[in-house]
Amino acid sequence: MSKRETKALRGPSPRHKEGDEVVYIDSESAPRLIFSGEDITCEDLPIGTRVVYGKAPIEGLNNPGAAIRYAINHPLDADPLYAQLAPGMRVTIALDDISLPLPPMRTPDIRQTILEILLELLDANGVDDIHLVIANCLHRYMTEDEMKRMVGKKIFDAFYPDRYYNHDGEDPDNLVHLGKTAQGEPMNINRRCVESDLVIYVNITLVPMDGGHKSVAVGLCDYESVRVHHEPETLLGCDSMMDPPRSMLSTKIERQGAIVDQHMKVFHIETALNNRMFANATAFLGKNEDEFSEFDRMKYEAMRFALSKLPTPAKRKIFSAIPSEYELVACYAGKTDPVHARILAKLYDQYMVSIKGQSDIVIFPIPYVSPYSINSILNPILVQVMGLGYFHQFYRGKPVLKKGGALILCHPCHDEFDHKFHPSYIEFFNRLLPETRDSHKLQHKYEEEFARNPSYIEMYRRGNAYHGAHPFFMWYWGEPGRQHAGKVIVAGAKNAHVPARMGWDRADSLTEAISMARSFVGPSPSITLMKWPPIVMADVE
Amino acid sequence: MAAAAFYDLDGTLCRTNLVHAFAHNARNQQGLIRSVTRTLSTVVSIPAFVAADFFDRRLFNDIFFRRYKGESEDRLRYLAEELFENVIKPAIYPGAYKLIEKSRQLGLRQVLVTGAIDFTAIPLARHLGLDDMVTNHLEFVDGKATGRLLPPVMAAATKASWMRIYAEKEGLNLSECYSYSDSMSDLPMLAVVGHPTAVNPDFRLKNTALQHDWPILDLR
Repeated sequence: MSKRETKALRGPSPRHKEGDEVVYIDSESAPRLIFSGEDITCEDLPIGTRVVYGKAPIEGLNNPGAAIRYAINHPLDADPLYAQLAPGMRVTIALDDISLPLPPMRTPDIRQTILEILLELLDANGVDDIHLVIANCLHRYMTEDEMKRMVGKKIFDAFYPDRYYNHDGEDPDNLVHLGKTAQGEPMNINRRCVESDLVIYVNITLVPMDGGHKSVAVGLCDYESVRVHHEPETLLGCDSMMDPPRSMLSTKIERQGAIVDQHMKVFHIETALNNRMFANATAFLGKNEDEFSEFDRMKYEAMRFALSKLPTPAKRKIFSAIPSEYELVACYAGKTDPVHARILAKLYDQYMVSIKGQSDIVIFPIPYVSPYSINSILNPILVQVMGLGYFHQFYRGKPVLKKGGALILCHPCHDEFDHKFHPSYIEFFNRLLPETRDSHKLQHKYEEEFARNPSYIEMYRRGNAYHGAHPFFMWYWGEPGRQHAGKVIVAGAKNAHVPARMGWDRADSLTEAISMARSFVGPSPSITLMKWPPIVMADVE
Repeated sequence: MAAAAFYDLDGTLCRTNLVHAFAHNARNQQGLIRSVTRTLSTVVSIPAFVAADFFDRRLFNDIFFRRYKGESEDRLRYLAEELFENVIKPAIYPGAYKLIEKSRQLGLRQVLVTGAIDFTAIPLARHLGLDDMVTNHLEFVDGKATGRLLPPVMAAATKASWMRIYAEKEGLNLSECYSYSDSMSDLPMLAVVGHPTAVNPDFRLKNTALQHDWPILDLR
């Protein structure tokens, strides 16, 4: 911890702001709290730096149960759910996996609330052939405890394990080939879902690239179906992934979704949550530091002290134990496309902050959490996907960073992997990256080998490992950011070899990183700090 | 260049071990008294087997296979099918079938490399559809087992050197080969290929696999 970080956070005073979300640093500004993995550093930023905060949470619905009931009784472009049910029907309810939302929300999870309503309705209509399938695609299987937490004990006890399970994207006996798109993209889907009279998808759309056709067409498919769009060229064709009309990823998935709609009856229930990631004792982490109260400052100092005394695994445990305080702000049901359009509009309301112009230098704090490291470790490949993949793509219009600018990631970059969840990542990092960082070469030379590796397949199917192809997808995900940034500097990296292997420069501190970035982009650069978490996306004019 | 998947047997593809095979044989001796005596003697010896195996697999082999001394070759072969149907087949891990199937789909030659005796391993290799195998062989003189194994005795480093020779003879690229075992004694067999995997590993192998960043697979 540098001396700068121990400097007291100053009290409130008027600041140059553009709305509540965009603040410019001046000589009186308080230092900013910046996530760096499991640590939170306190940094003085150069005068003139633009800091972009997430919008205040939209007020949650007072009665989520009533909103859900209204949605399923008044669906968009579909009959009400009760009118679609008949005794003896075979119904499958598919659920988003643990990667949504982030971090996992406090119980009851919104999926549990929806399921309780659905199961009551199904029971009342004489439907008892019901399976609950987690649409994990090639993500790791959720553990028993995670599955129980997601749906509550009562539902878990009633359905697990025979009628509540993870989708297996590597079991050919339980996959059905529905056909190919005109462009030759195959669509292989979970057999139970295809053979059901009705599939009800219970979705949480955390960011605009989630939801819609991605829920069924990706969540319940196999490697052959997913590899056609989780590849470098498709991802480079996204401007951005968060803007579906300008995303080749969305276009391809919608094509596959059209095949799903031809063969399956899907009733889509999609939800949007607000961005109340922090509340109560940790609410200050989402606030503008210039507006901190004395109590907020005390809480930060106490947190900083406690974190400085703990080893990284203990810090991970503590952060994992803090659930998000998300609240339901919208729920729509019915046909996939109109439902998704309504939810997207709500997400943009919550996340999009208008900012004027791109910056030469952009700072991305990389926090402890990612969709792929729940109850696990944010390994270097995942740090890469958070920075160059997701955060770089959190825009509409133009990226926050100018083409060829300097991107600063704040993360310790530990050379640490989870053997149980990410075994193929270890080989990818240690065997492949020293040879090449070229996504196309990795794809053509090695992806197939990893995807077909019998050990990785069985670890995915029988354990809790991500599929062998997953680290490749994560690397491709970062390709747009890699090609866009002229230089990537990782501030606060605890070692030299991880940044070197990723192709990044390293700096001991954010101040040093900014100096290095300045020398790269030239004098008087514009600087922007995207203050994650909570989620914020930029509408760049 | 072609490649292969090499599998250890006991504890890796099935939960039985050499002692199960011998115990089955002991239970099925001619005459009740002989069966009881042999079975009790086997049970009493188990701690010695465990200690010997922990110390050195070759020592274990020396001690263990002596117990076959005097057994008739015909009878051992006769009991082998029964041993497979009643003891080994039910003990095959469910995940073993899928692992072999996925491995075969990759075009890998399926090879069993085991310290088990040939007549116990052959029915299993046939059942799993394996392409090739190397096992241990008891020495027989005048149709009776001497209690010794014919060299080379498949254990520890011998498995690895057999794999090297086999790969050279068959034109296999070892760096593209896969190897599966549950036991620390098979470390050489795992280390010699490009894709080692610890399967249902014992404590020592699990720690070693973690240190080497090898995949750890549970087929149970």
